[in-house]
Amino acid sequence: MSDHNYVPSSKLGKWFNDRLPLLSLSAHLREYPTPKNLNYWWTFGGILTFCLLGQIITGIVLAMHYVAQADLAFESVEHIMRDVNYGWLIRYFHANGSSMFFLAVYIHIFRSLYYGSYKSPREVIWIIGMIIYFLMMMTAFMGYVLPWGQMSFWAATVITNLFSAVPLIGESITNWLWGGFAVDSPTLTRFYALHYLFPFLILGLVILHIWALHVPGNNNPVGIEVKKPSKDTVPFHPYIVIKDLFALLVFLTLFAFFVFYAPNLLGHADNYIEANPLVTPTHIVPEWYLLPFYAILRSIPDKLLGVIAMFASIFVLVILPWLDTSKIRSALFRPLYRQFYWLLVLDVLVLGYMGALPPEGIYLLIARVATAYYFIHFLVILPVLGFKEKTIPLPLSISEPVLNESIDGAQNNKMST
Amino acid sequence: MSDQKKPKRRDFLYTASYAFGAVGVGAAIWPLIDQMNPDASVKALASTEVDVSLIEPGKSITVLWRGKPVFIKRRTQEEIAEARSVELDDLIDPEKDEDRAKNPEWLVMLGVCTHLGCVPLEDKGDYNGWFCPCHGSHYDTSGRIRKGPAPQNMQIPKYEFVNNNTIKIG
Repeated sequence: MSDHNYVPSSKLGKWFNDRLPLLSLSAHLREYPTPKNLNYWWTFGGILTFCLLGQIITGIVLAMHYVAQADLAFESVEHIMRDVNYGWLIRYFHANGSSMFFLAVYIHIFRSLYYGSYKSPREVIWIIGMIIYFLMMMTAFMGYVLPWGQMSFWAATVITNLFSAVPLIGESITNWLWGGFAVDSPTLTRFYALHYLFPFLILGLVILHIWALHVPGNNNPVGIEVKKPSKDTVPFHPYIVIKDLFALLVFLTLFAFFVFYAPNLLGHADNYIEANPLVTPTHIVPEWYLLPFYAILRSIPDKLLGVIAMFASIFVLVILPWLDTSKIRSALFRPLYRQFYWLLVLDVLVLGYMGALPPEGIYLLIARVATAYYFIHFLVILPVLGFKEKTIPLPLSISEPVLNESIDGAQNNKMST
Repeated sequence: MSDQKKPKRRDFLYTASYAFGAVGVGAAIWPLIDQMNPDASVKALASTEVDVSLIEPGKSITVLWRGKPVFIKRRTQEEIAEARSVELDDLIDPEKDEDRAKNPEWLVMLGVCTHLGCVPLEDKGDYNGWFCPCHGSHYDTSGRIRKGPAPQNMQIPKYEFVNNNTIKIG
C-alpha cells in the first residue's frame, strides 16, 4: 500500500513513529497517488464523510436532550425545538442531514455503476459499501421512529411487520423486536439504543471502505488501470483535497437551503401529530430515499414474496460484480451499457415516484413493470451484455485522451516530464 | 488431513473443548437475546373488561388491548346476513362467520390488518366492512380478507361475555 519509506524530520516524530506509525499513515494519505482525470462525481466520498461526521456530532448533541420513552419522546423533541439553545438548528440539521446523506450516497452509488468501479479488483470496496448502505437505511428508519409522531409510529409498525411474513416463527420475531404485542415504549427505547450504535459501526466500515480503496487505488472515468505514481496521477494533497472541499461547499449550499428555508419540505406533516396506536394516517409513505424499495414491496400481491423481492433488490446489488460479465469498466466505452444505465436510472426514479402514490390502478401496473425491469436489468441484461456488446477500444493510458483533447493536458505533460 | 490417520486423544480433546466452548457461548448469549422479548410487566396487561351497553346497532368502538386496537362492533341484521351469505369458496382465508362471531350481533376482533399491521378504516372498501389505507386490503362485514395483499382475516382475540353488558378481552 505505501510505496515510500517515510522518515519524520524531527527526533520526537521519529521516536513516536517507530512505536506507532501514525505519521507514516498521514504521509501515505497526503501522497496517495490519485488518477488526475477524476471528475466531480468522485467528490462524493468526501461529502459522505462529512455527512456521517455531521450526523454523529449533531446526534450526540440531540441525545443530551431527547428522552426515549413513549410518554415523553414527542414532547422532548418539541422541547428541543422550542427551549434548547439552537435546538431547532441542530435538529433540522440532523433531520435534513439524513436526506442529504442519502442524496450523496445515491450519487456515489450511481457513479460506481456508470464507471464500473465495482469490478475487479474493487469488489470488496463495493460490498463494504453496500453493507454501509444497508446499515444507513436501518439507522435512518430507526431515527425516524424516535420523534414518536404518527408517521414514526406507523412506519415502525409497517416495517417491523415485514418480519411477520416469515413462516412459522414470524409472530415470535415481531414480538421479540417490539418487546411486547405491538410497537410501544420498549420498541422506542431499543431503537434509540441501536440508532446510537449503528453510526459507529458505519464509521468503522467507512474506514475499511477507504482502506480497501487504497489497496488498488481509485478507479477513474476512463476505467483503465494507472501506474502509480506516474504522470497519470497527482498526490491526494493538495489536488484532491482542494477539489473535494470546493465540491463540499457547493453541496453545503443545497444543504443550507433545506435547513434554513425548507426544513420540513422532505418530512411529513403527520409526524407533528403524536403517535396514536388507534388511528393509522390515511396515506402512509416512508421517507423519499426508501420509496423505490417501498414500491417494490407493494407491487407484489403476496406478503412473503413482496418482502423477499424487497430484500432481493438490495442483494442483487451486493452480487453485482459477478452479474456484470463485461471486463470493460467505464460506460464511456460501452455504448449499449450506457443506454441501459440511463434506463435503470429512469426505472429507479419511476419506482420512487410510484412508491409515493397509492398502490392502485395504473400506478400499481407501472410499479410492477418497473419492478420487473429492475430485476431484469441486473439478472438478465448485465450478464448477457458482457458477451454481446461491441465495445469501443480503450486508450493506452489516461494521459492519451487528455493529450488529444486539450492544451491543459499537454502542459501538464510537459511539466511532469 | 492429508493421510488417513486415526483420531487421536488430542483430536478428541480439541473437539470436546470446542463443543463445550460453543455451549458456554450460547448460554451466555441467550439472556442477551431473551431480554428483548415481552417482559413481565407487558404480559401482566393481559385482559381488559369493556362496557358495551351504550353501543347502538351498526356502531362500533375501538379499545386498546395489549397495545393493539380491538374493534367491538354491534352489527345490524343486514350486515350479519351479508356476512353469513358468503360462499366459503369466495374467501382468501376461508372461515365461517358463525365461527368468528359466536353471538352474531357482536363482532370482536383485533383491528390490525394482517398485512403489515395498520388499523383498517370502518365502513369503507368494496365489501362494506373495513379498508386498510396502507396497502389497500378490503375486509367484509365479518372482518375477513376479500381483496388486497393481506394473507389472513383479522384475528379474533380470546374474549367472553361476563354479563349482558360487559365483554372481557384476553
